[in-house]
Amino acid sequence: MQDYSLIWLIPFFPLVGSVINGLLGKKIKNEKVIGTIATGAIALSFVVSCMLFFRLLGDSQKVHEVIIASWMSAGKLQIDWGFLLDPLSGVMIMVVTGVGSLIHLYSNGYMHGEEGFYRYFSYLNLFCFSMLMLVLGNNALVMFVGWEGVGLCSYLLIGYYFEKKSAGDAAKKAFVVNRVGDFGFLIGLFTLFWALGEHGIWTVQFTKIAEHAHLLPAGGAVVTIVTLCFFLGATGKSAQIPLYTWLPDAMEGPTPVSALIHAATMVTAGVYMIGRMNGLFAMAPDTMMVVAIVGAATAIFAASIGLAQNDIKRVLAYSTVSQLGYMFLAMGVGAFSAGIFHLMTHAFFKACLFLGSGSVIHAMHHAYHHAHLHDDPQDMRNMGGLRKKMPITFLTFFVSTLAIAGIPGLSGFFSKDEILWWAFSSTRGGWILWLIGFAAAGMTAFYMFRLVFMTFFGEQRTDERAKDHVHESPFVITLPLIVLGLLALVGGWIGIPKALGGANHFEHFLAPVFEHTQEMFGIHSQHSLHAYEFPLMGASIGVALVGIFLAWLMYVKNPEAPKALVARFRWLYVAIFNKWFVDELYDGLFVNATKRLGRYCWKGFDLPIIDGIVNGAGWLVQGFSRALRFWQTGQIHGYAMTMVIGAVIIVAVYIV
Amino acid sequence: MENLVQMALQNVNMAAIMPSLVLCCFGMFLLMINVFMPRGKTTAASLISLLGLAVTFVVTLRAWNHPELGFAGHVALDNFATFFNVIFLIAAFLTVLMSDDYLHREGYPVGEFYPLVLFTTAGAMWMASGTDLMTVFLGLEVLSISLYVLAGLFRGQLRSNEAGLKYFLLGAFSTGFLLYGTALLYGVAGTTNIADIGFYLSAHGKMLQNPMTIAGMLLLAVGFLFKIAVVPFHMWTPDVYQGAPTPVTAFMSAGPKAAAFAALVRILILGLGGLQADWSSLLWMLAVLTMFIGNVTAIYQTDIKRMLAYSSIAHAGYALVGLVAANAVGISGILFYMLAYTFMNIGAFAVLVLAGKQGEDNLTLEGFSGFGYKRPFLGVAMSIFLFALMGIPPTAGFAGKFYIFAGAINAGYIWLAILGVLNSAISLYYYLRVMVYMYFREPQEDYGWVRMNPGTVVSIVLAIVGVLYLGVVPGKIMEMAKMALF
Repeated sequence: MQDYSLIWLIPFFPLVGSVINGLLGKKIKNEKVIGTIATGAIALSFVVSCMLFFRLLGDSQKVHEVIIASWMSAGKLQIDWGFLLDPLSGVMIMVVTGVGSLIHLYSNGYMHGEEGFYRYFSYLNLFCFSMLMLVLGNNALVMFVGWEGVGLCSYLLIGYYFEKKSAGDAAKKAFVVNRVGDFGFLIGLFTLFWALGEHGIWTVQFTKIAEHAHLLPAGGAVVTIVTLCFFLGATGKSAQIPLYTWLPDAMEGPTPVSALIHAATMVTAGVYMIGRMNGLFAMAPDTMMVVAIVGAATAIFAASIGLAQNDIKRVLAYSTVSQLGYMFLAMGVGAFSAGIFHLMTHAFFKACLFLGSGSVIHAMHHAYHHAHLHDDPQDMRNMGGLRKKMPITFLTFFVSTLAIAGIPGLSGFFSKDEILWWAFSSTRGGWILWLIGFAAAGMTAFYMFRLVFMTFFGEQRTDERAKDHVHESPFVITLPLIVLGLLALVGGWIGIPKALGGANHFEHFLAPVFEHTQEMFGIHSQHSLHAYEFPLMGASIGVALVGIFLAWLMYVKNPEAPKALVARFRWLYVAIFNKWFVDELYDGLFVNATKRLGRYCWKGFDLPIIDGIVNGAGWLVQGFSRALRFWQTGQIHGYAMTMVIGAVIIVAVYIV
Repeated sequence: MENLVQMALQNVNMAAIMPSLVLCCFGMFLLMINVFMPRGKTTAASLISLLGLAVTFVVTLRAWNHPELGFAGHVALDNFATFFNVIFLIAAFLTVLMSDDYLHREGYPVGEFYPLVLFTTAGAMWMASGTDLMTVFLGLEVLSISLYVLAGLFRGQLRSNEAGLKYFLLGAFSTGFLLYGTALLYGVAGTTNIADIGFYLSAHGKMLQNPMTIAGMLLLAVGFLFKIAVVPFHMWTPDVYQGAPTPVTAFMSAGPKAAAFAALVRILILGLGGLQADWSSLLWMLAVLTMFIGNVTAIYQTDIKRMLAYSSIAHAGYALVGLVAANAVGISGILFYMLAYTFMNIGAFAVLVLAGKQGEDNLTLEGFSGFGYKRPFLGVAMSIFLFALMGIPPTAGFAGKFYIFAGAINAGYIWLAILGVLNSAISLYYYLRVMVYMYFREPQEDYGWVRMNPGTVVSIVLAIVGVLYLGVVPGKIMEMAKMALF
């Protein structure tokens, strides 16, 4: 039995860092000190996480709960400030603190000279605290605290440049859309609480929920509704159809924020949540099917939008939505550990891609600043040929692009291929799901290489005056890139599937969390289909290569080709470029309708009726208050008289 | 003769009064050395009294789960008493911390202040651990007399004089009720021991509805309800709270109020449990009246000290709800609430101590215009305390109200809980108004400023820690409050 009682330190350090910078940052002023406090705080968490993670690796018992304090107890319900460390949360804390530390370090360089430097780091630390509470909480309420906390930090950081209207709007959009999801989460939680309570089990603790879930009928309406509600929460936080629209707009935040929150960690919270409640989801095959379909649809839908975007961060944003779709596809077909595996590898290569794009934007921004130009530093049409100017950024970016495109040997290949294989062969999968994922993989390879070719290859299209001011970024920026690039290269090797002669250590490690569920509900890849494993793998490599080749053809070999293509398929291009007009659709359907309803409620109901009641009540209370004040004369005999009369009345009432 | 002395001594058991004994020793020591102290210097006295409170705190904590009975069953140092003793000590400690600088500023650096606070605390302790009506009465008098002096401490100030005198006259008046009630109960049961009264009444069921018993219970209750400031025995509160020196007001609103609750709970539950139907219906009405009148009158106040006085009346009403429920959650809810209220209310008064100019004429809503920007720390602190008083999570006030109303609902008093919550909503108005002035009004030009003195700041920080601790992890303390029940 190992000791895990230090686990509370993991979220504690970033909290302290956030409080210090938040309260004193304005006084400290010195960027070095502020940056060191924030980065040190998350690095310390990383150290503690490593310690506990390796302890867990060597431990025969894999699930540990540490109760720090009692939060509230009401009747039979006992809720604690408690942490749960098992392989699933172990992987998550390693990702959050590890990638988090690198991004903190990177931010020191990226945010240099920004007004509100302290504010940025205070929020970033607070985010890490919330995220760690989310993944470590041993019950749904602690998780919800983290869930809301990350939402808040996301809002604050998207709107970090609040003087820009677009940033403020994007922040609000993210918040409101997430609210819809959170509503689902809460309804799901309440329903589950009530449903288990009907059987005398009052709990929100994950281990107890898993233990008693069998009391509810498998496949019945209750579990289906509960899990669908939870999944609605997940679609909000993890940007899936129909609630994905906030994520591309969230790119208004500083780039490291996009890397940490909107690529590597927060947006994976929904995937994590399904993993955490895998037993419950497995009981509801209908929900699982919905999850898989939504995941696959999001994967291909977002990838298609990514094909035609010109803003470097927007391409990556749609790519993130699409990759998250893969993770949900995995969860939906019961490939829980494959989903978490992709979550991890995606954290590596997507964080690297975002930070790399940040490095590029940083360089472009400085070049334009030098040349006193106001061109858009994020528009890829202004880039090109940067591979020689920014060799380290290019190299790491390229490795990560190979990883996401699914080139064999790199991390993304193993995780994506495992998902596709499960989508095809799982007892809860189907060849259609595979086909969608397969097509999306081809698109991914295409749009990612389009990005690389437009940014790093060919002629430099930057304005002449700014051209020579583009330089490689400083070491604090490139160091995290190098580390993440390496992880994108080798991070998948712990999950090499048996078919390729590997041992899939990752799946073994997560087995204590998922295996029981999979066995109980007969979720596995069907034996009769095993002959297809290699052909399918070959096909997905092939489609990736085709995608890359097309990108090369259109953006290196024959740069005029895209224009001809656009002219030919004008309507398709316009639809894709405008993101299939989903934002406009939502505006028309929900936003304007809500506004109209709001106006009606205000003019038709609120002003005459509610205000009337409120003002009436206020007027009444004030009148009463005024009357009572006159009773308070200050005359002592009056007071004494009141006492006597009071006492006499009381005695009289009871005795007579 | 010698035999008698020995018998008496066997029954004494000093351990049962050890905390108050230590406190009184410190108090008397302070009185004596005061003679040799230079005039106008009270810092040493305040430090010694802090030391005394700290030592007593340690002594008190050692009594947890080690109940002692002494003085022939007149005094019990059970967990119930210990829990309340801790509340009194915290209240006194926070008060003393903020007093030294205040007394200097207002021009009354008198050394007697500190021993009087210690004696008040000792009196409160006897009220909490008294198991005999006479012991409780003794404690009440020690507490009251010290408080009369403290309220009128600023001899040259008309307001303070008025406060002391009013409190004294009305207090004496209410003591009359209390003693009359005691006498009637003695007449019925032939004993003043609380538990014995309970045994007698349960053995002689028909005595329960005897007018003498009921009148005794009612008059006794009136005596305590006066101290708790329950309507219609509350009228002294605003005048006294406003006129008394601010630290004294802070202390009065927390310590002695808790002491009166302790005595009332012990007497009603242990001694007069048989009459529960009667007293809970009485307290039901008074609780509603108290909450309502306290909150509604507070709305019209412009002086913040006076507003907090009405707010404290309202809070007494909330706490009474727990006593109406009279179940484990409700009663332990009272204990929790008293502790929570000690932190949040004394904290708010400590902010007033730092915000006031000499004479304290600026402690009005207008005077707080822009306060939050001029003094960011104090603004945030005051906001935290106000949120706690409103009962907003994650503060102690929320947890306290939650337990009390939960107790009422468990006991079937759903309407009482609803009225309580409605009253909390009314209270938002006047608490939030302070914040509106602090943050949304232009600062006044001649904002006079007292230096931040370490004692008061420490007391504010301790109060914030208490408010947040009780709000975020109330479970532990609530468990202890449940262990403190009889």
